[in-house]
Amino acid sequence: MKQIFKLTYWNHVNGWLLVLPAVFMISLFTHFPIGSSMIHSLFSMETATRPSTFIGLENYAFLMDDDIFWKVLKNNLVYSLCTVPLSISIALGMALLINGKIKGRSLVRMAFFTPTVLPMIAVANIWLFFYTPEYGLFDQIFAFFGGGSHNWLGNPDTALFCLIVMVIWKESGFFMVFYLAALQQMSPELREAGTVEGSGRWYYFRRVTFPLLMPTTLFVTVNAVVNSFKLVDHLVIMTKGGPDNASSLLLYYIYENAFSFWDTSYAATLTVVLVTILAIITIIQFAVVEKRIHYQ
Amino acid sequence: MSSIILKNISKRWGSTQALSDINFQCEDGTLLVLLGPSGCGKSTTLRLIAGLETPTSGTIEIGGKDVSNLPPVKRNISMVFQNYALFPHLSVAENIVFGLKARNIPKQEQKKRLKDAAALLGLSTLLERKPAQLSGGQRQRVALGRSIVAQVSVCLMDEPLSNLDAKLRQEMRQEIRSLQQRLKMTMVYVTHDQVEAMTIADKIILMNSGRIEQHGTPEELYNQPATDFTGSFIGNPPMNILIPDETILKAFSSMLSGPDSSPPYRIGIRPENLTISGESGITVQVVATEYLGADTLIACRFGRQDITVALKGKSAARAGDSIRISWKPEHMYLFHTDTGKRLLETKKDPFP
Repeated sequence: MKQIFKLTYWNHVNGWLLVLPAVFMISLFTHFPIGSSMIHSLFSMETATRPSTFIGLENYAFLMDDDIFWKVLKNNLVYSLCTVPLSISIALGMALLINGKIKGRSLVRMAFFTPTVLPMIAVANIWLFFYTPEYGLFDQIFAFFGGGSHNWLGNPDTALFCLIVMVIWKESGFFMVFYLAALQQMSPELREAGTVEGSGRWYYFRRVTFPLLMPTTLFVTVNAVVNSFKLVDHLVIMTKGGPDNASSLLLYYIYENAFSFWDTSYAATLTVVLVTILAIITIIQFAVVEKRIHYQ
Repeated sequence: MSSIILKNISKRWGSTQALSDINFQCEDGTLLVLLGPSGCGKSTTLRLIAGLETPTSGTIEIGGKDVSNLPPVKRNISMVFQNYALFPHLSVAENIVFGLKARNIPKQEQKKRLKDAAALLGLSTLLERKPAQLSGGQRQRVALGRSIVAQVSVCLMDEPLSNLDAKLRQEMRQEIRSLQQRLKMTMVYVTHDQVEAMTIADKIILMNSGRIEQHGTPEELYNQPATDFTGSFIGNPPMNILIPDETILKAFSSMLSGPDSSPPYRIGIRPENLTISGESGITVQVVATEYLGADTLIACRFGRQDITVALKGKSAARAGDSIRISWKPEHMYLFHTDTGKRLLETKKDPFP
C-alpha cells in the first residue's frame, strides 16, 4: 500500500515537473499580463505630477460613457460579422476547387496562398494603391466605365468596407490551407462509395464532406474571430482609424490610448473588455459547436 | 438478367498499360472471383465495372445493357470497399440507408429495408453506434448492409476481407457466400488470396500483368492449369516448377521424352503429389521441414532448384537428409519454357 502511494506520488511530481516549463511560459506571457491588466485598470493614469492611485471601477464607468468606445465596438462587430463568415466560406470554396482535378492546379494553389505569404505591411501598401483616388486600381477601372473619382479610404461610409474587402482577400488563402489539408486527409474511397450509392455533388458535400470538415471549421472560426479583434497593422498604414474613427477597431483604439495618449490605465480597461469578449465568444463556440463535431 | 459482360476491354494510364484485351462473362446469380497478385489489374477491372474508371477501349454490359459510358449510379450496382468506406460521422443506420436517402426512396421503405438488412446481418442492436465503436467484422457487415439495401442484383467487392484477422476472414467469407446464394446476387469479388478464391467462387478469373491468365471453375484452375503461372498461383503450397535436367529426364524417361538434354518445357508438379520412394525418382537434399499438424512440408534442394514436398502426417525427414522423391505421370504438367502454356501431351514427345 505504502509502495503504491509512493509510486503515484512520484508520478504526479514527475508529471508536474514535465509541464512546468510550459506552465511557466504560458503564465509569464498570457496569465500574468491578463492579471496585471485587470489590476492596472483599477488605478488612475500616472502622470509626472500625480502618482497612480486606486480608483476602483471609475475607468469602467468612463468607458460606458465613451462614445468612441461604442463606435469602435460597433465597427468591430460589423467587421467581424463580415470578415469571419465570408473569408471562411471563400476559403472552403477555394479549397474544394483546388482539391479536385483541374488544370494548372499548383499555379492556382500558389495564387490563392500568395496573400498570406506577403508581409502585412506590403499588403496594406498594395491595397493603399488600389484604393488611391484618381489613379488607384479601382478608380482606373471605374474611370474606364465612365465613373468618377472616389476617395475610398477618406469617406466614412466606405473606409471600413475597404478594410473588410482587403482582410477577406488576405485571410481566405490562409484558411484555405487548413481546409485543403483536411480535404486531402479524406479517403477517396468515401467519395467513391458516395458515388456508387448515388449521391450527387451537393448531397455528398452536405452529408459527408461538410460534417467531416467541422473540426477544421471550428478551428478556423476561432482563429478568424480572434484575428478580427486584433487587427492593428493595416489600420496604421491605411487609415489610422479615420476618418472620424469610422474604420477604427478595438485593438487599434487600445493601441492609440496606450501609445499615442499614454493613458495606460484606460488601455488596460479596454484590454480587459476585449479579453472578456473573446473569452465569451470562444467558450460559446466550443460549447455549442464541439458537441456536434465528429472527431476521427 | 444481370449478367456482366466485358468485351475487349483495355485500360491505359499514360504509357502504362493496366489492362489489355479483357473478355469475360459473369453469369447471372453467380460469384466470380478476380484473382491475382497485386498490380495485376483485378481492382482496375472491378472499378471499370463499377464505373469509377472508364475503359480506354471496349464495352461493358450489365444485364444486357451497354453501360460503358454510364456513371456508377445508373449501372444498378452496389460495391463493398476494401476499407469499408463507412462514413465515420454517421451511425450504422445512417450509413446503411445513405444511398436510399440520396435516391429519395420513401421513408417507410427505407425503414423496412434497414430492418430487414440489419436482421439478416445481425446488426439490429448496433444501429445507433458509430463505425469507430464497431469491430472489424461488424464494420464489414455494415458495408454489406449498405450494398444489400440497395436491392440491386449486382454486387462488387474489392478485397472485402483483407483487413480482418484469419479466423474472422473465414467466417465472413462463408457468410458472404451464403448471402450471395440466398439473395441470388451476381457478385464480382476481387482478392489476392487464392484460398479465399477457391472456397468462395463459382468461377475464378486469374489475372497476371493486366491479362486474363485463366478463366474457369476452382477445380479447373487446380486440375487443369493453362499456364505455369496458374499452376504456381493456385494451390497451397504452390506447384513446383522444375527445369528438367539430365537426371530428371533419365529418372523419368518412361514418362518424359525431349529432343535433347534440355527440352523446351518445364515440369509442374504439386507438392502434395510428390511421394518419397525407395528406389526410383530423384535424390534431393532436405533443407527444412515444417510440421503443420495434418501435413508436413519438406523444403528440398535439387541441384540449384527448390522443391517442396507435402506429406500427410508427420515425416521422419530431417534437415540435411537425402531423400528420394517420385511422382506419377498423371500428376505431372508440362509447360512451355517461353510461353508458359501447358502442353497437353506429356507422354509422347510433344515436339515431333
